[in-house]
Amino acid sequence: MLLKIKNLHASINGKEILKGVNLEVNKGEVHAIMGPNGTGKSTLASVIAGREVFEVTKGEVLYKGKNLLDIPVEARACEGIFLGFQYPVEIPGVSMTNFMRTAVNEQRKYHGLDPIPSGEFLRLMEEKKKMVEITAKLTNRSVNEGFSGGEKKKNEIFQMAMLNPTLSVLDETDSGLDIDALRIVANGVNKLRSKENATIVITHYQRLLDYIVPDFVHVLFEGRIVKSGGKELALELESKGYEWIKDGIS
Amino acid sequence: MKNNLNSFPLSDKFIHDFGVYQADIKRYDNEKIALCRDQAFEHFLKIGLPTRNLEDWKNTDLSEVYNESYNHFYHEFEKVEDIDKVFQCNVPHLNTIMLAMLNGRYVSKDEQLKVLPNGVIYGSFEAALQQYPDLVAKHYAKYADYTKNGFTAINTAMAQDGFFIYVPDGIEVKKPVQIVNVIHHEHNICIQTRNLIVLGKNAKLTLIHCDDSYNHQKSLSNTISEIVLGENASLDHYKMQNVNNDSTLINFAYFHMDANARLCSNGLSLNGGILKNNNYVKMNGEGSECNIYGLYLMDRKQHIDNLVYVEHLKPHCTSNELFKGIIDDSASAVFNGHVIVSKDAQKTNAFQSNKNILLTDKAKVNTKPFLEIYADDVKCSHGATVGQLDTEAMFYIRSRGISEHNAQMLLMYAFADEVIQKISIEALKHRLEDMVKKRLRGELSVCEQCVLHCSNPEKEYSFEIDLTKI
Ligand SMILES: Nc1ncnc2c1ncn2[C@@H]1O[C@H](COP(=O)(O)OP(=O)(O)OP(=O)(O)O)[C@@H](O)[C@H]1O
Ligand SMILES: [Mg+2]
Repeated sequence: MLLKIKNLHASINGKEILKGVNLEVNKGEVHAIMGPNGTGKSTLASVIAGREVFEVTKGEVLYKGKNLLDIPVEARACEGIFLGFQYPVEIPGVSMTNFMRTAVNEQRKYHGLDPIPSGEFLRLMEEKKKMVEITAKLTNRSVNEGFSGGEKKKNEIFQMAMLNPTLSVLDETDSGLDIDALRIVANGVNKLRSKENATIVITHYQRLLDYIVPDFVHVLFEGRIVKSGGKELALELESKGYEWIKDGIS
Repeated sequence: MKNNLNSFPLSDKFIHDFGVYQADIKRYDNEKIALCRDQAFEHFLKIGLPTRNLEDWKNTDLSEVYNESYNHFYHEFEKVEDIDKVFQCNVPHLNTIMLAMLNGRYVSKDEQLKVLPNGVIYGSFEAALQQYPDLVAKHYAKYADYTKNGFTAINTAMAQDGFFIYVPDGIEVKKPVQIVNVIHHEHNICIQTRNLIVLGKNAKLTLIHCDDSYNHQKSLSNTISEIVLGENASLDHYKMQNVNNDSTLINFAYFHMDANARLCSNGLSLNGGILKNNNYVKMNGEGSECNIYGLYLMDRKQHIDNLVYVEHLKPHCTSNELFKGIIDDSASAVFNGHVIVSKDAQKTNAFQSNKNILLTDKAKVNTKPFLEIYADDVKCSHGATVGQLDTEAMFYIRSRGISEHNAQMLLMYAFADEVIQKISIEALKHRLEDMVKKRLRGELSVCEQCVLHCSNPEKEYSFEIDLTKI
C-alpha cells in the first residue's frame, strides 16, 4: 500500500476541518475526490503535502508504510509526494528554470546523487515542456508570475513531469483550463501514470474523469469521506448533485 | 571659543585639531577656499555634530562614535610600499581606470593628478587644489550645504584629500573609473575625505566607488562628494560598502543636475557597523532624470540609515527611488526618502519605494518615504513595505523538495535581485550577484580583500543552489 490515511482529523486556528478521513491508495491507482466547496478537499491535500499551518489532532497517515506526519514538507517531496496546487503561488524574481533546477538537484542530493549535468537538465526541460505544450517563454519567466490561470495549471503538471513523483495529489488542476488545455493536461497525467505510482485528482467536474479515468471516486463531505465507488459514482453525482449524498447520510 | 552645544570627545577633537593644524590644512587653499573653511568651521561651532534631536538623524545612534577616542585625524601622506598588491581588482572582464585611496589619501605610483589628451583630469583632490585652484573653488562647498549639518561643516573646514575627476564638455570616458577606498591603519582612525566630480555638458562617466576595510580596527569616515552634472551629462554611479563591523561610514553625496542630465546611482551596502548614507539630489534644469537605487543586507548589530533628498526645481524631471533591504539578527535599517516638488516643477514624475524583509523579531526597520508637492500637474507615488518572507511561497518552494534554508535563500536572493539587475556593467553585475549570494549565506569575508577582490570567486559547481540563469 502506498498511502493509508486512518481517521485523520486536522484543524486550522482551532477550527476542525477534517473530521475523520479514511483513505487507502495503492500503486497504479487513480483516485478522484469530489465534494462541495469548503468541505476540506484542499485541506486534505495540504496535510498530505505537509503544510504546517494545519494541525493534525488525531489519526495517522502512512506512506510507504512510514509515518508521513513526522517528516517535513521538503522530505515528503523527495520521497515522491507532489502537490499540484489549486492556487499556484507567484514567486517574482525566481526564474522557472532556476526553480526547477534547484528542485531537481535538491531531490537528487536527497537520494545521494550528484547535481544533474547542465545539458541533461536542458534536455529534460525541453522534453517535459513539449509534453504539456508549454512555450519556451513561460520557463524564462519568474515562477507563475503573470501566468494566466490556465498557464499556472499547466505549469503544475510540467513540474510534476520534471520531478516524476510517486504520489501526485492534483487539486483542481482542471479548473480554469480551456478544452484543448484540459486534454493536454490530462494526456500529460496519463503519460506519467505507471504501475509504480498513483494519482489523487480533486475535481468538481466529471468531464476531467473522461480523460483521466479513475479507479475510485470518493465524496468528501464536511470533513469526511462519506461515499466511495467506481467511476460511475462521478456520473451519478453529475446528474443528482450533492443533495442526494446529504440525504443519504442524514 | 568653546562649543557648549553638543560637546563630545569627537567634536572637541575636531575643534582642537582645526586650531592646531589649520595652517597645514589650508596650505594649498586659495583665498576663496580658505575663507570657506573658516565659515564652515564657524558653523560647526554653532551646530556641532548632529544628534538624535534632528529629524534626519533621530533613528541613528552615533553616541558611541562621538565618545570614541579616534587616534588619528590630520595626517601627512603615507608612503605605500606595494600599491599594486593592496589595490588590485580581480573581477573578470572588468576593465577600469583604477584610483586608489588609503585612509582618506589618494595614492598613486606616478603623478597625483593625471591629465589626458582629451582634457579629462583625474587624481588627488589635494593636487587639484594646487594645480586647478579656480576650478576647485568654483565648486567647493557650492552644493554641500555646510549650514545644514555638522559633518558637512567640519569636513568642509578640515578635509584635505579625496579624489577629483573632471570631464570636459562633450567627452565620454569610455572605461569606468573605479575608486577603491581602503581603510587600513594600526590605530583607530577617523578620516575626512572630500571628493569632487565635475561633468561638463554632454559628458559621460561611469564611476565605481568601493569602500573597504582591511582589518578589524575601529574607524570613522566622514566623506563628502560633490558631483556636478552639466547639461545633458550622464553619470552611472555605483557605491559598494563592505567594511568591518566596527567601521562607521558617514557619507554625503551632493548631486547637482543641469537640464537633461541623467544620473543613475546604485548603493550596495553589504557590510559595516554603522552606515549613514545621505544622498542629496538637486534637479536644477528641465528634463533631467535620476534613478537612485539601494540594496542593504544587514545582520548582527549592524545599522544602516539611507537618506535620499530630491529637489525638483524645474519642470519635466523624473526621479525614481528604489531601496530594498534584508535585515537579520538584531540589525536595524532606516530609510528616509524626501522628495520636494517645487511650485514651478510641473510635469514632474517622482517615485519612491522602500521594501524590507525582516528575518527575526529583533530586526528593526524605520521607513519614511515622504513627498512634499507644491506643483499641481505631477505624477508622484511613494510606498514602503516591511514584511517577512512570504509563507505561501516558502511552502510552494519546499513542496518541490527544496530545503527550508535554500527556499529562504531563493526568496531573499529574488528580493535583492531587482536592485542588482539595475547594474548596467555586466561584469560588475555578475560579481555583485556572487557577492550577494555569499553574503546571504553568511560566507562573505570582509576585511581580507576589497569588495571586488573576493578571494574565492563563486564557482558554479560549488553552488548548492545554482541561482544563475541559463
Ligand atoms: N488558512 C485558513 N484559515 C481559516 N480557515 C481556513 C483556512 N484554509 C481553509 N480554511 C477553511 O477550511 C474549510 C475547508 O477549506 P478547503 O480549502 O479545504 O475546501 P475545499 O474542499 O478545497 O473547497 P473548494 O472546492 O472551494 O476548493 C473552508 O471552510 C475554509 O474556509
Ligand atoms: Mg480546494
